[in-house]
Amino acid sequence: MSVQNNTGADILGKIGAALDKDSDKAARAATAAARIESPPKNLIPNRAQVSPEDQVQLFRDWAEEVSATTDRIEHLDDLPAALAAYLSSQNLPSEIKSSDDPLLGRVDWTRQPTLTRHLGVAIEADQASLAVAFAGIAETGTLVLHAAPENPTTLNFLPETHIVVLPRSRVTGDYETTWNRLRNEIGSEPSSLPRVVNWITGPSRTGDIEQKIQLGIHGPRRLHIIIIDEA
Amino acid sequence: MVEATTTQFKSNVKKALVDKQLQKALAGIKTGFVHNRKIASERLEEFEDLRDRARDIKTHTIQHLDAYLEIYQQNVEASGGHVHWARDETEAREIILAICQSVDAKTVTKGKSMIGEEIAINDYLEENGLEPIETDLGEYIIQLRGEAPSHIIAPASHVSKEQVADAFRETHKNLPAERSLEEPDELLAEARAMLRDKFINADVGITGANFLIAETGSSVIVTNEGNGDLTQTLPGVHIALASIEKVVPTLEDTTTLLRVLARSATGQEMSSYTTFSTGPRRAADLDGPAEYHVVILDNGRTDLLAGDFSEMLRCIRCGACLNHCPVYNSIGGHAYGWVYPGPMGAVLTPGLMGLDEAADLPQASTLCGKCEEVCPVRIPLPSLLRRWRDQVYVRDLGDWQTKWALKWWAVFAKRPALYHFFAGPKMQFLGWWARKKGHLKYIPSLKGWTRNRNFPAPQGKTFQQLWKEKRK
Repeated sequence: MSVQNNTGADILGKIGAALDKDSDKAARAATAAARIESPPKNLIPNRAQVSPEDQVQLFRDWAEEVSATTDRIEHLDDLPAALAAYLSSQNLPSEIKSSDDPLLGRVDWTRQPTLTRHLGVAIEADQASLAVAFAGIAETGTLVLHAAPENPTTLNFLPETHIVVLPRSRVTGDYETTWNRLRNEIGSEPSSLPRVVNWITGPSRTGDIEQKIQLGIHGPRRLHIIIIDEA
Repeated sequence: MVEATTTQFKSNVKKALVDKQLQKALAGIKTGFVHNRKIASERLEEFEDLRDRARDIKTHTIQHLDAYLEIYQQNVEASGGHVHWARDETEAREIILAICQSVDAKTVTKGKSMIGEEIAINDYLEENGLEPIETDLGEYIIQLRGEAPSHIIAPASHVSKEQVADAFRETHKNLPAERSLEEPDELLAEARAMLRDKFINADVGITGANFLIAETGSSVIVTNEGNGDLTQTLPGVHIALASIEKVVPTLEDTTTLLRVLARSATGQEMSSYTTFSTGPRRAADLDGPAEYHVVILDNGRTDLLAGDFSEMLRCIRCGACLNHCPVYNSIGGHAYGWVYPGPMGAVLTPGLMGLDEAADLPQASTLCGKCEEVCPVRIPLPSLLRRWRDQVYVRDLGDWQTKWALKWWAVFAKRPALYHFFAGPKMQFLGWWARKKGHLKYIPSLKGWTRNRNFPAPQGKTFQQLWKEKRK
């Protein structure tokens, strides 16, 4: 659209004219490209720069402070029983809409024959969903998930109960570590990021009615995190 | 449509000060947000240093704004998205409508967006036969009530739960009339249920953008409800509304800003949902929008950049300056007359609308400095307000009473002997008059002050007199 191009050029031109007082355009472009090529090191809070085991504890503490619940199991094969126990504790049917993450493909689901696992996107009728986290960030108890063909985004937002599996080895101190992992593991030209990266810190909440915090307004009312030591 | 009333600031204030419901609601903001921010900022030992970093990132970006916007646009396009530029609100509205019409959209869900408020997009879509539905609970409430937001992050903070119940009864006619809506959780459940279908059936989803990331061509939304994510995931088209100053160089830079944003806004360590969106759904994806558009608005910001107010472009819209402002806490958001209230609004609104339209707003400050003290990107709001006041005076936009009073004050201020000759006895008299209570309920020449609050009693001596005494 040529009109659009003109508008963009016009706005960028106005910005350029204002900035030309202090610098020239080529220098600005070079500085910007250099910063993107090698971003300056961030100031990373000390809080989560602790041992891996302490990071797991810190992650759980912060997640629970924002009303998530957490569980910890030893083996991947303990997952079906842990899921069934959680669903039953919440009086939910033993049925789950699940991500097709390769990690979950390695689980022996026959161990819990009463638990039904469906794959695919979440729909309105789904009461509970199961997803796999790319990372858990100890600094604030934040989960990182990202969209992929096997990980539909609707699983994270539509059902009332969101259960997330987090391998212990994916718990890190800070967000920066996760950005680098994403760049290395998934990064590809032209865009270095998956379609959506979700940072999730606790369940859905609102304070819009008289500033009283209530959970589960549009997204999940419950966020349950299962940390797996050996996965 | 909610008309701008920035030129009626004084009468707005008079109404706000006697509005009992509003005054009750404002007390809640003062205690909740302010208290929570204090706790969050004290819990993170690096918080003050992170504020310096956040300020420096925004300053650097603004100094290289054209370069970062160009890189941003290239990366959006490389990931299959579209960037649309809009010089003003008219262009922005037309772009959004054209995108909606290109997919024959009937309904549009909306996440919270201050740019959406700025360009009054809901009215425009309605006029053109579309149904826009606000999905943030606060925005939904004020949309039902036909109001503008009164706070940039808590848009319905002026509304009581009884008023919410009334609005729901008025709108949700298909539900049983005798249902109970007394408790907040009943209101929550009803809102959740009513908006479910809207999310699922919408043709287009419009969100704001807290940040645009040049490095990756991503837009970022920060929410607590999850409505923004449902809005941008379920419909076939996602439109993100942003303005030129939202761009940030890298993921790392965005991360630093996120470390100060929620802590300053609500006192949360991190908001529930921070979502980085890059392009439309990929070929093998099972969900997500097929089209991804970003509208980048100027609407006066390039003029701010070229003038004396470029520091205002650092603002990340956390609302801390509103929460800590004694004036905002007395009059609420609507009195400011447009979409941006409080200290940030008093600086931004004259810049975006023109000073002629908003000459009273820069006066709406005691210059106590609290706003600058809590601003996560350290915008010198009191200095910027003073700059606008200078321009109001120079351009002769103030009222005659103020001008007259300033002229008379100048006569005395320039002549210390004359000043002391009058000030001394006056302080003595006021001190004597208020000797029992320590404050004055009424002063004839200061009715504007004493009508709504007491005047602290002078101690009977002027500052100069005390200074002389103590130095001895």
